[in-house]
Amino acid sequence: MKITKKEVEYVAHLARLDCSEEEKDIFTSQLNDILGYMDILNTVETAGVEPMNHALSLENILREDEIRESLGAERALANAPDSDGEYFRVTRVID
Amino acid sequence: MSLNELTVHDVHNKLVTGEVTAVEVLEAVYDRIDAVDGTINAYISLMKEGAYEAAEQADRDLSEGRVKPLTGIPVAIKDILSTEGVRTTCGSRMLENFIPPYDATVIRRMKEAGAVLVGKTNMDEFAMGSSNETSYFGVTRNPWDRNRIPGGSSGGSAAAVNANECIAAVGSDTGGSIRQPAAHCGVVGLKPTYGRVSRYGLIAFASSLDQVGPLTKDVEDAAVMMNVLAGHDAADSTSVPHPVPDYRENLSRGIEGWTVGIPREYFIEGIDPEIKAAVDGVIATVESLGAECRDISLPHSRYCVAVYYIIAPAEASSNLARYDGVRYGFRTSGGDTLLDSYKMTRSAGFGAEVKRRIMIGTYSLSAGYYDAYYKKASQVRALIKKDFDDAFRSCDIILTPTTPTPAFRIGEKVDDPLQMYLTDIFTLSINLAGVPALSLPCGYSTDGLPLGVQLIAHHFQEDKLIQAAAAVESHLPLEKKRPGI
Amino acid sequence: MEYEPIIGLEVHAQLLTESKIFCGCSTRFGAAPNSNTCPICLGMPGVLPVLNRTVVEYAIKMALATHCRINRVNSFARKNYFYPDLPKGYQISQYAEPLAEKGHIDIEYDGTRKTIGITRIHMEEDAGKSIHEDDGDYTYVDLNRTGVPLIEIVSEPDMRSPAEGAAYLRRLHEILVYLEICDGNMEEGSFRCDANVSVRPRGTETFGTRAELKNMNSFRNVQLALDYEIERQIDCLESGETVIQETRLWDAQGRVTHSMRGKEEAHDYRYFPEPDLVPVMISDNWINDVKRGLPELPLEKRDRFVREYGIPSYDAGVLTASRALADYFEVVAKVTGQPKTASNWVMGSVLASVKEEKIEVEKIPVSPDALGDMIIAIVDGTISGKIAKDVFDAMWQTGKSPRVIIEEKGLAQIDDTGAVDAVVNEVLIAHPMQLAEYQAGKEKLFGFFVGQVMKRTQGKANPQVVNDILKKKLSEQ
Repeated sequence: MKITKKEVEYVAHLARLDCSEEEKDIFTSQLNDILGYMDILNTVETAGVEPMNHALSLENILREDEIRESLGAERALANAPDSDGEYFRVTRVID
Repeated sequence: MSLNELTVHDVHNKLVTGEVTAVEVLEAVYDRIDAVDGTINAYISLMKEGAYEAAEQADRDLSEGRVKPLTGIPVAIKDILSTEGVRTTCGSRMLENFIPPYDATVIRRMKEAGAVLVGKTNMDEFAMGSSNETSYFGVTRNPWDRNRIPGGSSGGSAAAVNANECIAAVGSDTGGSIRQPAAHCGVVGLKPTYGRVSRYGLIAFASSLDQVGPLTKDVEDAAVMMNVLAGHDAADSTSVPHPVPDYRENLSRGIEGWTVGIPREYFIEGIDPEIKAAVDGVIATVESLGAECRDISLPHSRYCVAVYYIIAPAEASSNLARYDGVRYGFRTSGGDTLLDSYKMTRSAGFGAEVKRRIMIGTYSLSAGYYDAYYKKASQVRALIKKDFDDAFRSCDIILTPTTPTPAFRIGEKVDDPLQMYLTDIFTLSINLAGVPALSLPCGYSTDGLPLGVQLIAHHFQEDKLIQAAAAVESHLPLEKKRPGI
Repeated sequence: MEYEPIIGLEVHAQLLTESKIFCGCSTRFGAAPNSNTCPICLGMPGVLPVLNRTVVEYAIKMALATHCRINRVNSFARKNYFYPDLPKGYQISQYAEPLAEKGHIDIEYDGTRKTIGITRIHMEEDAGKSIHEDDGDYTYVDLNRTGVPLIEIVSEPDMRSPAEGAAYLRRLHEILVYLEICDGNMEEGSFRCDANVSVRPRGTETFGTRAELKNMNSFRNVQLALDYEIERQIDCLESGETVIQETRLWDAQGRVTHSMRGKEEAHDYRYFPEPDLVPVMISDNWINDVKRGLPELPLEKRDRFVREYGIPSYDAGVLTASRALADYFEVVAKVTGQPKTASNWVMGSVLASVKEEKIEVEKIPVSPDALGDMIIAIVDGTISGKIAKDVFDAMWQTGKSPRVIIEEKGLAQIDDTGAVDAVVNEVLIAHPMQLAEYQAGKEKLFGFFVGQVMKRTQGKANPQVVNDILKKKLSEQ
């Protein structure tokens, strides 16, 4: 058992996903299959191998500190599910 | 023969001579869409207004002698590329009504090259899938057999090209999403070297693997498209400044004297006999053209599924965190707290496959698991890339099947995600290594389904890819069939 | 049982670049909500970051100024968490390969100096602003601030009192402002501080459990919060409880810290290398270029002022409060060759006028050369120190040079002994009663006579000459 249902719940919470009980069961089973399959990597010798984070060997890609046109508030808010015309609006955060 | 059956280069020639107008070609394409898309479901949105404007402008340009590489050519765009003012859904409920305020760089380049953008094609949700079955907008059907998948995630683009619902199309490829549907639909699909084509405006799935590429009716069309798509973009920090050659120059050079690597790991026992037969046919052609086929090894091939399905979901889990219903996209009503709102929105907005991959990705990055999963996978990834670097020291091109089987039936693998993942086994390593590859139609199954062969080149050698593919294409005794539809 | 506090401070400083760290939107404070945004900083689907070169340059400056080791290979990482003002659902920051590590700065307070270690400095992007309705159902989000470049400066837990903490903050603040890479405005949020604080019995080695303090928006509040929290933790331990590792918010009104526990669980940030950005290699050449452009730093400048100009360290402190003021002083000191006098005038009349008119030092209407000239006029006897104050005010108001003002207003000191003699005679004749009282023994009337002479000469008589002549005449009477 690679991942328990409880861990599935924790991971779902981290990812801000809701799962029904049924979904949790299915996910637990599927994730176990998939993660179990990943065990195959334990057979590969990787001591001293640098992790490959990029497919390229580019470096120092930088831009000049120049201002470019912004969208403007109207266009920025155009796709907002809820706004008051100035701000994006969401259910209040409880702090 | 209808105008929609032509290739890019044929349409281009007819437009230049004045034999046809861009509007006529576009009409033929929209007529075809009206006729068949109800069945195929290749398109999510059509861009009729903009398309007719562009076609009319193309006709004006042509009459005044202003011809650009794609003037007047109707091109379909996978709905993963941001198009200003035009709904871009990524195949998901999450972006069902999202209207981007900007164009992806490749869209801008195509517009500047005179292309007529027909519409946005259907795809697996957020590019996660190999069958086009995970789209919120319904499954796309394979033009060769409506009960079969067209492949994914660029299934809509591949089907549209093959069914003549466009003259050419653009897709994206993270683990095979251009090449595999190209193989299943009997068209040419090219995934460029990572960094060859700009990703700015490509809705991200796995940032270190994604690339945009063409799906076309023949290799020459792929070369034309690549000329337009490829090139450095200052807005993409992972885009390389290497100059872009004219890929059409490679079309008739042939492959005499070349060494073609045949990796034994891709031809293991148990390979589908029809696929093997078709690829053997390609090998014979290659040899008849004066190239030498050589047995090579890509020893870490067998780990590609495990490596890919850790790295891609990990990056995806982060890339998809922005879909929270705050600034754009779907948001559920209800939800007493913000936490509820996030969870309900994301759970209702995403389909099961996307959720599954987000879960895998989140897990493999989480505290305590990073080293065992993500880091380990990144290390093995380096070994997979090294396999290719080593192999290309002694060969010009590598040749493999594109897929382990022909297109499977709709619904056949949806309940077994691991089985679905394993169907990508021939295409994944290419994305992990960042090398370019192309799928070329090379035969048919006894059921009449198209089969594809995959050609792989070393980084930034798309020219060699096109050269080899063109040579095989013109000499392979492949019966030209049309799908039933 | 005596306890000793262990304090570490994390400062986030907004960098004074024109544009944001990963896109070209303006970083200007105070713009209309959501007006300085674009698809990139809004985190729209498909966008990509491109790093602003000046951010790296400014970060290198700070690293050099704090004696850090600069990492030649820099990379970025994603810090993943959900919050409405974090558009991408992750912050692009640095994790494994930060810009700089293992530096230090010297702090001074109560006349002693202490070295505080700096663990690391790294670059990252700021988030937006969430405004929570007090008695409502909504949170409002303004994303202007998303993508403004930050450097995070993490200190070693080397501070042992809130006063040390405050001294460290002031120092860091001063360096950032001197380097002109941050405007250090705590109220506007361009300089922010979080604290990590624990206590342990004095004389022991192991660190206690620490609490993280947030929401302190001024140096004063940092010190108050630290004071409170240290007390709280000591009380905790003395009553047999354990200190819990948690985040606490400072409540400036109630002057207490509140636990956030239960409302915020430990974050699993799932850091991984940012695939959309490539590594930044910082060469020796780049570092040397930046080094060449570094100004003299405040502590070095103060030490040099004491050494070179022989002024007290208090003066040096006041004069180096800003680079502009220090530069101003140095011109005056060099022009006059009288550093202490220059210091008195700058700390006195100049700063007083600056404060009163609420102007910036850069906008002082009296040029340092002009002030120098005026001081020379005092030294060479052209005017008295007292008259000089009037000259200074006139210079401030009119912008005219001191010599012109002295000439125009006829303020030159009267040195002519004959002239002074005549006035002294007049005064003594005019005040026979006071003269008689003086001669009878009321010696402090001397000052009265001096005052009268000054009055009759509109203050221009050379005080020394007046003194001499008056003394002589009074003794002759």
